[in-house]
Amino acid sequence: MALSKLAANSFDLTDNYAFTGTTTGAVSTQKLFLIKNIDASSSGTVDFVNGASSVVLDNTYKTYLFRIINVHPSTNTGGFAVNFSIDTGSNYNVTKTTTSFVAQHAEANNVAELAYGSGYDLAQSTSDQEITQNIYATDDNSGCGNLYLFNPSSTTFIKHFISETGSMFANARAWHNFVAGYCNTTSAIDAVRFKFDTGNIDSGRIALYGIK
Amino acid sequence: MALSKIQPASIDLTANYAFTGTNSITSASSGTYEEKKLATVTASSSGTLSFTSSIDNTYNIYKFRFIEIHPSHDSNVDFGFQGSTNTGSSYGVTLTSSFFDAYHYENDSSAAVRYLTSRDLAQSTSFQPLSVNTAVADADQHVSGELFLFDPSSTTFVKHFISTTQTASDGGSDDFSDNSYIAGYFNTTSAIDAIQFKFPSGNIDSGTIEMYGIN
Repeated sequence: MALSKLAANSFDLTDNYAFTGTTTGAVSTQKLFLIKNIDASSSGTVDFVNGASSVVLDNTYKTYLFRIINVHPSTNTGGFAVNFSIDTGSNYNVTKTTTSFVAQHAEANNVAELAYGSGYDLAQSTSDQEITQNIYATDDNSGCGNLYLFNPSSTTFIKHFISETGSMFANARAWHNFVAGYCNTTSAIDAVRFKFDTGNIDSGRIALYGIK
Repeated sequence: MALSKIQPASIDLTANYAFTGTNSITSASSGTYEEKKLATVTASSSGTLSFTSSIDNTYNIYKFRFIEIHPSHDSNVDFGFQGSTNTGSSYGVTLTSSFFDAYHYENDSSAAVRYLTSRDLAQSTSFQPLSVNTAVADADQHVSGELFLFDPSSTTFVKHFISTTQTASDGGSDDFSDNSYIAGYFNTTSAIDAIQFKFPSGNIDSGTIEMYGIN
């Protein structure tokens, strides 16, 4: 009998098929790729270093997304912060200029405002940039959000980043923090570090994605 | 010998292959795609749109994308949502949230960024507004946007959410564009296992909400 159908398991799906024709039908339009999950466990820092531990942070993707899921400090803390490296993690001290503003609302309904966070921005500083503030070590307190880093491998332009986070501020307020700015360097950014200002990251996950 | 595997050299790679199955791939570059559409609900004069399954610990983040949500009620209403800890038997989890927007009137009479105390919640079990003055008066007006719900199955932490919406809003004498930013937390350590969307009065005349899981 003539062979008319080939089942999917007839193909060696681990091999490479260099189609030059047209593939139609269930074509993937997916553009977001998970690169690395790092789960904190009493960790001083969470570092994503290009080329280490399967981390890709180079010109493979034009945009990188860090998703922050329930980061929780070991001690009451000033803020959860990010910094960048141009030497694959030997130093995290890239010069940055940033903005920060927050919408906050207290559980007691006695604070409700949208305000620029002049104490939380940076002007040509190498300090860590806080992307949320005052998460307490109280059991159910945490912070979540996203941070986009654009074209970190560029050696022509500065490197923009945009962050939006939601957290419980000092065990009493909904805290919606927007931070954006740029690493004022034309060197490639090849590593990113997250940490609390004080103490450890008791728990939480940070996931790195590449966006095509 | 039985044929067990087809090698690339055995296939006409210049032909056209119209796959109709599911193409589940490992990325050619690195990693795998980890955002999966879990459900789609479409309104048709619906009182509510609810997601009562698949919200569990399978994914770290759940994203709801609402598209062209149009109310039936003939007055200004705010599209909203609430959570459930009992798979949808009731929707009324205590939450605290903030709400601000940027707006601009079509006649250019007013434009600003403002905090809206009328739409934030403080330890309330009410539905959380996600829009400003969505109106049925104009058939082409609606609200669209996204809502992210973080780690809803956690029994340790409160449940954070972040939403951004865009609304063609009714401003009475003139319409305006409204871009709203909402964030807060369900103040519970019980798992959130269902989410409901609705207008405070009237039906959801039309629109689609998609739910995605993200790992």
